[in-house]
Amino acid sequence: MAKGIISWIDRRFPLTAIIKHELTEYPTPRNLSYWWNFGFLAGFVLVLQILTGIFLAMHYKPDASMAFDSLQTIMRDVNYGWLLRYLHSTGASAFFIVIYVHMARTLYYGSYRAPRELLWWTGQVLLLSIMASAFMGYLLPWGQMSYWGAGVITNLFGATPFIGEAVVLWLRGDFAVGDATLTRFFALHYLFPFLVAGMVVIHLVSLHTVKSSNPSGINLEDKDNIPFHPYYTSKDGFGLGVYLIIFCWFVFFAPNTFIEAVNNNPANPLVTPPHIVPEWYFLPFYAILRSIPDLLGGVVAMVMSLLLFAVLPFADRSTIPGGARYRPIYRVTFFLFIADIFVLGYLGAQAPTGYVVPMGQVATFLYFATFFILPIVSKREDKWLRARLPQELLAQFDRTNALAKGQNKGDAP
Amino acid sequence: MSDSKSMDKPLDCPERRNFLEKATAVVGGVGVAGASWPFINSMNPSADVLENAISEVDLKVIEVGQSQTVSWEGKPVFVVHRTPAQIAAMQASKGGPDPQEDTARTQQPEWLVVVGLCTHLGCVPTRDNEGWLCPCHGSRYDNSGRILHGPAPANLPVPPYKIVSSETIIIGVA
Repeated sequence: MAKGIISWIDRRFPLTAIIKHELTEYPTPRNLSYWWNFGFLAGFVLVLQILTGIFLAMHYKPDASMAFDSLQTIMRDVNYGWLLRYLHSTGASAFFIVIYVHMARTLYYGSYRAPRELLWWTGQVLLLSIMASAFMGYLLPWGQMSYWGAGVITNLFGATPFIGEAVVLWLRGDFAVGDATLTRFFALHYLFPFLVAGMVVIHLVSLHTVKSSNPSGINLEDKDNIPFHPYYTSKDGFGLGVYLIIFCWFVFFAPNTFIEAVNNNPANPLVTPPHIVPEWYFLPFYAILRSIPDLLGGVVAMVMSLLLFAVLPFADRSTIPGGARYRPIYRVTFFLFIADIFVLGYLGAQAPTGYVVPMGQVATFLYFATFFILPIVSKREDKWLRARLPQELLAQFDRTNALAKGQNKGDAP
Repeated sequence: MSDSKSMDKPLDCPERRNFLEKATAVVGGVGVAGASWPFINSMNPSADVLENAISEVDLKVIEVGQSQTVSWEGKPVFVVHRTPAQIAAMQASKGGPDPQEDTARTQQPEWLVVVGLCTHLGCVPTRDNEGWLCPCHGSRYDNSGRILHGPAPANLPVPPYKIVSSETIIIGVA
């Protein structure tokens, strides 16, 4: 019976072929470590965010006079409303942790390198969309930090030359953040995750075209690949279990870790809280914004700090495949860069007085310097390594690189 | 065959086709741009929001040396009843990085009316005897609302207002 139904479908839609091609027979490197779990985890968090979000929207009221109170209703009166809300608010932070680890893995193992440039860039578009969704979602509780956070960030668009004021007015639909702003943020916060889901499909199509990278940095031969199912469905499943233990600990025992206490006060347009901080996942970029004394310059620097990741496939000029594992100088650069991001994150949470300002400027300089010295560092490291590695290994690297480039130019002989 | 060939000849005119393609693209582009305007403009402030652009302030309740925060366009506006000492000090100075005469910022020297949003990123500065201090990034304003130091690039803006009597001002009309 089931067989009959499936073959009925298969004559009209390639169901079995898709499952075979993308899952049960999809070739995956056999040497993937647990660092390769985080893409799947990001997908899981997205689904959970969309689910909890839809159910929250059934009780939430996107109106400046009702939003804050509707949140209290969700927390106190709605059956399991507290659970939906804490899953959603904790999920936002979890999303960024998972994605930042996913990106750090990409940087460490050089997964962004040819032929995976498009995969990397679609991932960046995903990051920017998720940041936009998170920012708009943060206004919805209509607490003090929600209100003033949205006020400060929409103000950044005032730095647009000539039409800044009109742009801010248009974005807010009011002279200050108000009811119009809240309602449109809600509409877009509901829309964006579905755009993100669509972009995830593009990200995955791109992944399944170039296949997964692996810790060695070398594209494996067919005999070194194993089918995704059951090997990586089980590995992802185990990783999901570990993730859920940590995630649920926060949801059930420390749900306010990622919620600013001051956001439990309703939004008040006439009083600013004494210390405004963005959500933790924006802190490094906020620190970069504040480090430039000029508003327009700060905004440009902040935007560039995210967009510059796009140049990495070209900035990394090494001919040694992969990333930090077999490239000591690249490895040092990687860890310094990550340390610098942590320093920026710490500084972004501090009031900008005393040592915070000059230290932020040094950390900002180092952040951008990393992108600009990478072409030189990778080239010199390449020379240094080539003088020391055995000839037959170098010949194999050159074959791998030629193959990666050949895939770029299509299948021309 | 020869029939269709003679009919194809006048139709197969690349210049005409190129022109039509370009004209279609231009007209279509203008049409799409025009059709998108209602959507874009719907996000601008609506009539009921624009309604909030006029606020009346009762001056009787503000004693000398006091400041009151009123709402105009949904934004805080500081209305300060300045003391003679403050007026003298402010008229003697030109402010800081964005120099301006105090007389150019007031209609009557005892009343200072400024929009209470820091010109840096829009936080509400807190009042003290020297003027205002922004809690977000430490911008310091004097008793004329002029920036003295800090990241803010400009003085607190003076909104359009009219002193209609000794007891009332209307903010939002010049």
